[in-house]
Amino acid sequence: MTSIEVAELRKRYGGTTALDGMTFTARPGRVTGFVGPNGAGKSTTMRIILGLQTADAGHALVCGQPYRSLRCPLRSLGSLLDASALHPARSGRNHLLWLAQTQGLGTRRVDEVIEQVGLASVSRRTAGGYSLGMRQRLGIAAALLGDPPTIMLDEPFNGMDPEGIVWLRGFLRSLAEQGRAVLVSSHLMSELQDMAEHVVVVGRGRVIADSNVAELIAAVSGDRVRMRTSAPEAVAAALTAAGGQVVEADGLVVRRLAAEQIVAVLTANGLPFSELAPHRATLEEAYLDLTGDAVEYRGAPA
Amino acid sequence: MNLLRAEFTKFRSVPGWVRGVVMAALLILLFPVTGLGGGPGDEPSPVTGPDGQPVNNSYSFVHRPLTGDGQITVAVSKLSSEQDGPWAKAGLMVRAGSRYAAIMVTGGHGVRMQHDYLYDKAGPAVRWLRLTRSGGTVTGEASADGSRWTVVDKVQLSGPAQAGLFVACPSRIRGIAIADDTATAVFSRPELAGAWPVADWAGSVVSSDAGFTMTGRGDLGPATRSDVPVGVAVGDLLFGTFPALIVIVVVGTLMVTTEYRYGVIRLSLSAGTGRVRVLLAKAAVLAGATFAAALLASALAVPLWLRVVRGLGAYVFPAGPLALLRAEVGTAAVLAITAVLALSVGLILRRSATAVTTVVVVTVLPYLLALTPFLPPSVAQWMTRVTPAAAFAVQQTLTRYPQVDSVYTPANGYYPLAPWAGLAVLCGYTAVALAVAAVLLRRRDV
Repeated sequence: MTSIEVAELRKRYGGTTALDGMTFTARPGRVTGFVGPNGAGKSTTMRIILGLQTADAGHALVCGQPYRSLRCPLRSLGSLLDASALHPARSGRNHLLWLAQTQGLGTRRVDEVIEQVGLASVSRRTAGGYSLGMRQRLGIAAALLGDPPTIMLDEPFNGMDPEGIVWLRGFLRSLAEQGRAVLVSSHLMSELQDMAEHVVVVGRGRVIADSNVAELIAAVSGDRVRMRTSAPEAVAAALTAAGGQVVEADGLVVRRLAAEQIVAVLTANGLPFSELAPHRATLEEAYLDLTGDAVEYRGAPA
Repeated sequence: MNLLRAEFTKFRSVPGWVRGVVMAALLILLFPVTGLGGGPGDEPSPVTGPDGQPVNNSYSFVHRPLTGDGQITVAVSKLSSEQDGPWAKAGLMVRAGSRYAAIMVTGGHGVRMQHDYLYDKAGPAVRWLRLTRSGGTVTGEASADGSRWTVVDKVQLSGPAQAGLFVACPSRIRGIAIADDTATAVFSRPELAGAWPVADWAGSVVSSDAGFTMTGRGDLGPATRSDVPVGVAVGDLLFGTFPALIVIVVVGTLMVTTEYRYGVIRLSLSAGTGRVRVLLAKAAVLAGATFAAALLASALAVPLWLRVVRGLGAYVFPAGPLALLRAEVGTAAVLAITAVLALSVGLILRRSATAVTTVVVVTVLPYLLALTPFLPPSVAQWMTRVTPAAAFAVQQTLTRYPQVDSVYTPANGYYPLAPWAGLAVLCGYTAVALAVAAVLLRRRDV
């Protein structure tokens, strides 16, 4: 069973199309990255999932039901949309307490989640004095209150220090390992590296790629091989003659030839080479490759 | 229930809101302090009638003793006053101690039979009057021709009495202007029947063969606020309601506009998917907290300040325990319901500044204007009839008498609507605002 199902969502604000047939699912037991440039429709999608906004067309289901029909919604889906959505004069603990009470939960559960996100020492202070990182932790605590099978976080890494980022990655991975569906949005693919098992890449209100992370990287990496040599011209000539395509970029990058073929060709020609290895694209590269023409706001080149 | 508890936690965990409600209660309790500066005046307390109400008791009376039964008949051939006062009075009266019964011709309200200051009954618009005492009952009759009589009213009044002709003329009220007035009446010679002791007419009168001519001023009837300007009405002791209302309006508005400002509304509505229920829970918590605090304050303020004011020697208009209770509970209700109005408007407009301004303009401002003494009474009446300020009628403990013209303005403590009708006007506004807020909350994206 899918925990979050989004199908053919469409939403327009005046003349701008925010969502243009957004479709994806988030499944239990894995972290699904929800990636795209700012303005790609991530937050709008999440608000529609939560029933805060209505879609012009399409539907979004949580645990098979529309969110607004859930009786104790935080027990099905825990979410963090905006970490700064706090009354600054209210303490972090009271912020969690009123949320817990809407679900029929009490102070015990509040103290548990405060402990889980490491805010025990500051929970009785007013939230107005929290750093953005502390607010993110408080928001994650709020998402965990109902012990939900599904968790949805919008840009949870924003404002976190490196230590917090490492902690959150591990934390979200462990939530997924417990069998929960975790949907995490980000505009930076690098934040999802080593955490998301699956990514949904979006741009201009629709899905550009919906795939396993390993497959995505492999697809972008292609069959490229990176190598170094003290005789670049001769090597390039020999490999081109063998049917390869050679580009000079911090050493040489060879396409269309497997590593073993390259070794055979160079050895046969007696050419020197070193550090020959398949090129592995980063998630970041894959993302840039995919969203190249989907970026909504792009600065002019300097 | 869960939503109620959550909204209560939300409310109590913002110290500014709790302080606001406490401050509103303290304003109700302590605001009358500002009125103590003047100290007690030297004005004498007004005369009180047999019922303990303040009364006016000055008139011209030409009379002779009546010990047992007897009848007196007269025709009022002419009654006029300098200011054409509609309540200029000329007629017959039997007075025994502090009690009296009288039948009279008036300047503009036909024949009336009145007794003991407070009680009034209308008769036909004719000129002949007759009072008959028989076995402790005084019967007043009126006639157009002196032969066919209609009974206007009967009053129990026994014991030695003085009976005769009287003329009175209350001040003429035009808007908020009060002008002294004097009436002149011409009577036929009174006809006496029954066991009248031998005596002369006593009193100031010009007697001729045709009859008696008398002048008179003053009134006999209930005194109103303008007759006893230094008197204190219970509503005056709750004047702190007004500043308290401003504070409550701010708290009620901020309770919802800050949710929009900080984005907490998204959390509220994602945690409580029944949006209207979230709104109702919020309204219930705000109204409940306001009502409790305000009721405590007003229930303490009224007896406390009554003691203080009486201790200072000021005259206090009488009000029964039920009227006091109604003023206290009503004051708390006005604050609680206005708070819900503020909450609803806050939800509709979503911005603190515009919402606070709007609610202050529709509730507090009309009340303030209605209290401006120089505003024409018609405007003041309108302000307290059709705007939410009508609800201040719950604080009225003064009685408005149809048989007495006075400056019945909110500034004097008289409201055009009955207490609960005034509160109903506020409830109407609040219900409409709450309904609009509910519809918008259901429909709007957040």
